[in-house]
Amino acid sequence: MGPKTTKLLRLLLLAAAILLPFVSNNYWLDVATLALFYVVLGQGLNIVVGFAGLLDLGYAAFFAVGAYTTGILMTVYGWSFWLTLPVAALLAAGFGVVIGAPTLRLRSDYLAIVTLGFGEIIRILAINLSITGSASGIYGIPRPAIGGYPFSSQKDFYFLMLIIACLVIAAVSRLGRSRIGRAWAYIREDEDAAEAMGIDRVRMKLLAYSIGAIIGSLAGCVFAVKMSAIAPLSFSFMQSIMILLAVVLGGLGSISGVALGAVLVIALPEMLRSAEEWRYLIFGAALILMMIYRPQGLWPAGQEQAADEREAAGDGAKSVPM
Amino acid sequence: MAILSVQNLTLRFGGVVAVSNLSFAVEAGTIASVIGPNGAGKTSVFNMITGFYQPSEGRIRLGDDDLVGRKPSEITRLGLARTFQNLRLFPNLSVLDNVKSGMHSRTRQGVWGAIFRTGRQRQEERLITETAEACIRFVGIEEYAGRAAKALPYGAQRKLEIARALATQPKVLLLDEPAAGLNYEEKEQLIRLIGEIRDSLGITVLIIEHDMGLIKRISDKVTVLDYGRKIAEGKPDEVLRDPRVIEAYLGREEA
Repeated sequence: MGPKTTKLLRLLLLAAAILLPFVSNNYWLDVATLALFYVVLGQGLNIVVGFAGLLDLGYAAFFAVGAYTTGILMTVYGWSFWLTLPVAALLAAGFGVVIGAPTLRLRSDYLAIVTLGFGEIIRILAINLSITGSASGIYGIPRPAIGGYPFSSQKDFYFLMLIIACLVIAAVSRLGRSRIGRAWAYIREDEDAAEAMGIDRVRMKLLAYSIGAIIGSLAGCVFAVKMSAIAPLSFSFMQSIMILLAVVLGGLGSISGVALGAVLVIALPEMLRSAEEWRYLIFGAALILMMIYRPQGLWPAGQEQAADEREAAGDGAKSVPM
Repeated sequence: MAILSVQNLTLRFGGVVAVSNLSFAVEAGTIASVIGPNGAGKTSVFNMITGFYQPSEGRIRLGDDDLVGRKPSEITRLGLARTFQNLRLFPNLSVLDNVKSGMHSRTRQGVWGAIFRTGRQRQEERLITETAEACIRFVGIEEYAGRAAKALPYGAQRKLEIARALATQPKVLLLDEPAAGLNYEEKEQLIRLIGEIRDSLGITVLIIEHDMGLIKRISDKVTVLDYGRKIAEGKPDEVLRDPRVIEAYLGREEA
């Protein structure tokens, strides 16, 4: 795919996303909004798993931290939604450092186990603490407003999530192609060599983990006000796995791939709804076939990068005399 | 003046003494070598100098800085770069991206600059690219710049590792068996390249090597290790005539 086609394709997708609420019914708009949540969560996890190569099996925990922070601050203390965002981001980054600092020194496999445990701890805490509303969760979370305009309809939240998703995609793709993003790639490729080249691996991994945590928690904040009720069930291990699935299915480290993966993970089971109880079986079989025939993902990072580079460096030919 | 010095360096793994009470110094602007039979402890010495192993005893100094107890990344920042005995490139990344890694510790741009593409960030990116390209040209692999590291011929991969180390702008460059697996022509190129690193970049070089021919031609000073101890030291011709060195390599002659 040439750089111009890629650019055009992206513009077309954005146009389709903007027009969707005007042609879709509420049911599919709700599915699309959920898909956008997954796009954001997928990009956050993509930094951790795709860029830095750290396996995180408890990513939904950060989603929960954001949702509960907003839920509690708004219902108990009457805070404005927008003020809960920085608090949630700080809390998530704090949790990220607390979990990461002792474990990121270890190899990736240990991190996977610790993050799995962390995800469960957060969920079980939410079930048992009274401030998080125990098993029934928090309800009656107020709607946010901006300049006197309250977000209330499906459409409002869809557009809010679309804007957030675009901002997150832009930020993550710029990070990926910066000095920081390259440092993550070096660590993913060969930790010891990266360290020998002057890259502090523990610090850089911690950075990846914390930025991923912040993105996850911000998605959680919006999730809380969109649903207006949250319960521990939304932050289960399966949730973590579905987000990871979006990343792996789309293509580790590929921005476009992860966005595509997120949409598919949400949309496919819905489309298969007519197949009744067979739908998850079909979905599962499709995934297995995918992993056999296209393990690098639907839209692998290499292809995406090649297209971006051709776009960026029209002079790329000069260094290759052939 | 010694730019790199090792004093009473000892490394024990449990009961095994890999390096024993080793001292040597490398003068600034020279090419020094450490040689010795397999298992003599050469790579262990390298790993201690670069912070990958912690010595059981002893001191290591680079200029005025004490290196013992520091992380490898910190040591690189202080001006010491290395290559690995069995090539440790970033295999799936392009040659250019591989070499850019060396500039990490020489630049500062963080998350903020990356997300907002600030003027300073773009300026730094240009500097990183220019430096990396200069290093690639210096070792002579510019024809491969856009290719993935793993797709390069072996000899070019060796040169790429040197280019990557040079991009850290070191005071001292440590080469761990740089000639291993190279053919005659590539070895000649390597000898020229190492000479240029000293003469035109002014970087001090410390080499571990098996290839005696190479050592003889480019070293200003040779340190010989056997069973983790220093058994000889001096100019290459003298050292290689030393009976203890010959014995270490060829075994004792039975009378």
